[in-house]
Amino acid sequence: MAGRTLYDKLWDSHLVKQNSDGSSLIYIDRHVLHEVTSPQAFEGLRLADRQPWRLDTNIATPDHNISTDKAEREAGVAGMVDEVSRIQVQTLDDNCDLYGIKEFKINEMGQGIVHVMGPELGVTMPGMTVVCGDSHTATHGALACLAHGIGTSEVEHVLATQCLVSKKMKNMRVTVNGIVGIGVTPKDVVLAVIGKIGTAGGNEHAIEFAGSVFRDMSIEGRMTVCNMAIEAGARVGMVAVDQKTIDYCEGRMFVPKGDLWNQAVDYWQTLTTDENAVFDTEVELRGDDIAPQVTWGTSPEMVAPVTEFVPMPDEQPTDEKRQGLERALDYMGLEGGQAITSIKIDRVFIGSCTNSRLDDMRAAAAVAKGRQVASSVKQVLVVPGSQMVKAQAEAEGLDKIFIAAGMDWREPGCSMCLAMNADKLGAGEHCASTSNRNFEGRQGNGGRTHLMSPAMAAAAAVAGHIVDVRTFKEVV
Amino acid sequence: MKAFSRHRGLVAPMDRANVDTDMIIPKQFLKSIKRSGFGPNLFDEVRYRDEGQPGQDCSNRPINPDFPLNFPRFKGASVLLARKNFGCGSSREHAPWAIEDYGFNAVIAPSYADIFYNNCFKNGLLPVILTEEQVDILFKEMDAQEGYQLAVDLPAQTVTSDSGHVFHFELDEFRKDCLLNGLDEIGLTLQDSDAIRLYEAERAAQHPWVFGAIK
Repeated sequence: MAGRTLYDKLWDSHLVKQNSDGSSLIYIDRHVLHEVTSPQAFEGLRLADRQPWRLDTNIATPDHNISTDKAEREAGVAGMVDEVSRIQVQTLDDNCDLYGIKEFKINEMGQGIVHVMGPELGVTMPGMTVVCGDSHTATHGALACLAHGIGTSEVEHVLATQCLVSKKMKNMRVTVNGIVGIGVTPKDVVLAVIGKIGTAGGNEHAIEFAGSVFRDMSIEGRMTVCNMAIEAGARVGMVAVDQKTIDYCEGRMFVPKGDLWNQAVDYWQTLTTDENAVFDTEVELRGDDIAPQVTWGTSPEMVAPVTEFVPMPDEQPTDEKRQGLERALDYMGLEGGQAITSIKIDRVFIGSCTNSRLDDMRAAAAVAKGRQVASSVKQVLVVPGSQMVKAQAEAEGLDKIFIAAGMDWREPGCSMCLAMNADKLGAGEHCASTSNRNFEGRQGNGGRTHLMSPAMAAAAAVAGHIVDVRTFKEVV
Repeated sequence: MKAFSRHRGLVAPMDRANVDTDMIIPKQFLKSIKRSGFGPNLFDEVRYRDEGQPGQDCSNRPINPDFPLNFPRFKGASVLLARKNFGCGSSREHAPWAIEDYGFNAVIAPSYADIFYNNCFKNGLLPVILTEEQVDILFKEMDAQEGYQLAVDLPAQTVTSDSGHVFHFELDEFRKDCLLNGLDEIGLTLQDSDAIRLYEAERAAQHPWVFGAIK
């Protein structure tokens, strides 16, 4: 008998019912809610006179909309300047209070970007199904969870039934073996994967990241990788359980203790792909070949090693590719053939559910330490992913390093990743950003995003243009 | 849920690959706590010359005359013809809400991002998948003929043009059934309440740490 993949095992263990029409009813263990994609779902519950199926599976926090400015945050929800945003955050608070759903409110310890908060509190544990009305939910797959984003109608469906009607995806394995070089981070690895398979390469697939590069990575690094599975078209990204997974979980707020812990660990150790399992699609990269990556265009697949050049429209294989490239270069204000390192930077954003954990803060601080932001750079936002990351970073003195370098140390939230709050780019501005999407207008109407790692973003802040962080001597 | 069976209507183009959900409905409009009213802001950043704000009256905003939806010939369009990987990016259901609110009943493209595709069915919007070659033919016919219409037939799973092309498309039986009959999916799942409770009881015995921790 053929073995099962990690995804097969997670799917099988959550199958409530297989329907004759090919659809399946899948049980959901954890449902994470935030202010933007939940209000219409709660409204739907009320209109249909339904109640949540179970309360101890849901956890909520505001993150997308809230200010990262210290003074505004201290004023709480009532002090939110943007009235439309204030109503949305207040609506989340009201809904959670009404139904008795656990919420970490705007300034409470525990609050943070949903995909930073879930793992760090032990809300998400190996072997669980995790959903959230946010496409970056795959982040939780770093803990060997089956985690994916859902729309608001499905948020309502999960609230009311604790299940989703689903269809099994295909299995894809992305294997990266070898050893990545100094200055090459998890962000660079996942950008290289997206560059290879494209933004639609993972459509209809669940991706398992396998190989020595992911085994050698920290759990936080694996979260960065799984987070961007959706940028390769896959709703699900995951990494199998190993000792690091178990060590990461131990002692966290919602994780069991004593006998229950031992019982959980015994089960978690089975959450790996069987050796004789067969994947529908296999992709391989060599870790040694990956350099720090930077996006130059308006889709995450428009990415290149920092040592290279913006591609030439004339050298594209098809008209469609040439036209897409010309449109992207026109939007980005770049010329085909120019060096990636010649791109000047106006603002820098270090944060987002991709890169706002303690590892990321440390990597950026190592570059910023003892240096100054270039005078041509208007603003550098450093936004920790959660109250806990903020507290840990401050305990290590990282905030002081950023501030001394001329950077802004902010309050936790999604911030300039999607620019729903006041943190945004002006038209035409280039941003070195550790976020996950470089779509047109994503970080502000007319803004131009270059995705890269935290160390690379900090280096760009200091240089005033994109630069290979490996030329900085502190990088280890 | 809104049902869809057959529709014939004017076709409008969105002629680029990888149209993302930020382009379909920019983030500032996601602050709304409602499900409706997103139509005037569909494709906001490429449709208007200024930066749109939530709650704004869009009737006097400067439009981008080069954007096809602003062409007089596409006024009243109800079928959106698009390219591959349409709807990539975020999970925001505001994207199909905006497309539906604008007046589209169906989208035709060679492929869609998974979450967007799934979200369409919850809102009475049919995302039709044809091959790239078939979509190319439809784009060429639409370019050549003002007032170009297509007929989309969900029971027969066909797209038919007046020139005589009949293209068959595939979709899951479950999705087809729900959309055809406008079924309440939550109501359907709740009919399986006993199966869900049985699953929970077995799971709680095997993996007790999954239950009761969050309070």
